[in-house]
Amino acid sequence: MNLAKRTVWGYRRENGRIGVRNYVAILPLDDISNAACEAVAAHIQGTIALPHAYGRLQFGEDLELHFRTMIGTGANPNVAACIVIGIEPHWTQTVVSGIAKTGKPVAGFWIEGNGDIATVAAASRKAKEFVHLATAKVREECPLTDIWVAAKCGESDTTTGLASCPTVGSMYDKLVPLGLYGCFGETSELTGAEHLAAARAISPEISAKFMKTWSAYQQDVIEAHKTSDLSDSQPTKGNIAGGLTTIEEKALGNLEKIGKKVKFIDVLEPAEMPARGAGLYFMDTSSAAAECCTLQAAAGYVVHIFPTGQGNVIGNPIMPVIKVSGNPRTVRTMSEHIDLDVSGIVRREMTIDQAGDQLIEHIVSTSNGRFTAAEALGHREFVMTKLYRSA
Amino acid sequence: MANIPQLLIHNRRDNVGVVVVEDLSAGTDMLCVVTEDNSEIRARSNHDVPIGHKIALADLAVGDTVIKYGEDIGKVVAAIRKGDHVHTHNLKTKRW
Repeated sequence: MNLAKRTVWGYRRENGRIGVRNYVAILPLDDISNAACEAVAAHIQGTIALPHAYGRLQFGEDLELHFRTMIGTGANPNVAACIVIGIEPHWTQTVVSGIAKTGKPVAGFWIEGNGDIATVAAASRKAKEFVHLATAKVREECPLTDIWVAAKCGESDTTTGLASCPTVGSMYDKLVPLGLYGCFGETSELTGAEHLAAARAISPEISAKFMKTWSAYQQDVIEAHKTSDLSDSQPTKGNIAGGLTTIEEKALGNLEKIGKKVKFIDVLEPAEMPARGAGLYFMDTSSAAAECCTLQAAAGYVVHIFPTGQGNVIGNPIMPVIKVSGNPRTVRTMSEHIDLDVSGIVRREMTIDQAGDQLIEHIVSTSNGRFTAAEALGHREFVMTKLYRSA
Repeated sequence: MANIPQLLIHNRRDNVGVVVVEDLSAGTDMLCVVTEDNSEIRARSNHDVPIGHKIALADLAVGDTVIKYGEDIGKVVAAIRKGDHVHTHNLKTKRW
């Protein structure tokens, strides 16, 4: 298998990026515009509403993150066109303008002075136009490495570090040197392996940037907000049931996702788009699955690999999430959620190298349009990261 | 079945391994494989241990460091004998 010559069939967007899905997104600027967006999506087939909980009275860095996540979601290459609905025109227009920089069709609507019903009617008419544009698009052949692939693990257990995370690492070790954009995150969950993560940075400068980000989380969030220690949250109750005892043990398994050889080339803010070219990136994210996936999709990643031990069922509305598990019990009891069973690794029937090759085949077929388990089951968790209380 | 291991060990320096079969019962003479070099050892489980949970490969005293992946994963908080189940009752993080 010559990976450098592997191709997939994707949608080429106006800015040259390749998408693997073709959504017309109906994006609420704020919580109170969810109802209008859901009404448009119910009316016009081929659209998807992305309801969420925030967008009012945010300020400072938290507001910047809100805009970055909104704009990045609309700009994601899996989105062919986007309708933005907000309560008022100004912030709505900020998001519309940001998405418009990609060159894709985007239009904004606001409810104040119009009411939900007139807004939904106008937005529905535009959404129908966008659906015709999107559904006229034809997939074209492009290099596999044009597909940006993010990773994050969840409901981890000890098999995650033995099998499913090393499978992801094998994939990154094979594809990143060929020009793939990769991404890992989970700042808090690298605690105990932060020295090993820092050593995988491309340069002393990026290593220092990583340690600064990791230390800031320890001081500004954990030290500031903890009431006893984090043992009741990290590891989670699911992790403990699966045999993980300490955050150090969990972190060491988590870090197996980045393989043995590849180095990360930059540290991204939450939802920040990579800007240093092809390579592996670390993003400062929560370790909660939906928050992390939402941020990685907003940064432009179009396929997600999710290793799980105990069986996290997460999906994302615009980015297909491929589940990988090496736990023999989970692949039996939760088989409908698992795309790739690598439990053969713990039985010594399959090598990590073979599992990595199988994962690459799943990335190809998913990119070509095959639904993941999470897509078939309707998992569309879209969760904004909130940095602090609104004004 | 005979060559399917019951316990996997990441690194030769580790003093714990991970149960990778369901319904492991006390007294089982386990085939243990070190994944970094595929070397094999045998060990006996002192307890019924669920899949994914750890078993000690050596006697460990309170304050000792538990090693997995060749790295520090926390401190012993109750004495552990070789073959014992190792989890939250006898191992705790050094971080928080």
